[in-house]
Amino acid sequence: MAHIELVYFAWVREAVGKDGERVVHPGPGTTVADLVSSLAERGGGYSAAFAEPGRLRAALDQEFVPLGTVIGDARELALFPPVTGG
Amino acid sequence: MIRIAVGPEDFDPGVELGRLEGLGGGGVASFTGIVRGGDGLLSMRLDHYPAMTVAQIERIVAQANARWPLLGVTVIHRVGELQPGERIVFVGTASAGRIAALESCAFLIDWLKTSAPFWKKESFADGRAAWVEAREDDDAAKERWG
Repeated sequence: MAHIELVYFAWVREAVGKDGERVVHPGPGTTVADLVSSLAERGGGYSAAFAEPGRLRAALDQEFVPLGTVIGDARELALFPPVTGG
Repeated sequence: MIRIAVGPEDFDPGVELGRLEGLGGGGVASFTGIVRGGDGLLSMRLDHYPAMTVAQIERIVAQANARWPLLGVTVIHRVGELQPGERIVFVGTASAGRIAALESCAFLIDWLKTSAPFWKKESFADGRAAWVEAREDDDAAKERWG
């Protein structure tokens, strides 16, 4: 079965309690937002991290994408707050 | 010359400027970002997305190179634990003249703040610690470049 690596940064990582995890690939037509919503349903720290998708940003295979983007055959999905470098 | 460095090490702005000055252009511009103290800030931690950070900075630098005739670009971004007063970021550009050097330097720092995968967490003397929120005026600063 195909998998996708999830990686978390900043308060998303702290709320979930881990740097990332491997999950079953939800299918190429699934959007990032769909996957975020299924993560929120896990409850606990996941709910804290993913219940408000408007606070989240994403990168698929190390490229920023809007949350409405389909996951396609991406191998890595990163979920994080808006960036604050510089 | 394109020089990109991301890591915990400090850097010497004089050395970096010297490299850019040696490229034969007529102008070098730079920006050095410093961890701002005050409000009881004890330290700041910078996290990043190691698999993406350098590639994303390369994309931003490529955009600057496409817009201005640059002889050299240096981008250094520190990560890890930093104290108030420490250097955090350096952007330097070299070009034949001042306008391209100054404008591209401003473009690069505006884009770095809003489009590179870094996150800051601040720790305060009273024990509080909080992730820095993204600022709308940073987005506005990026938008002015179209």
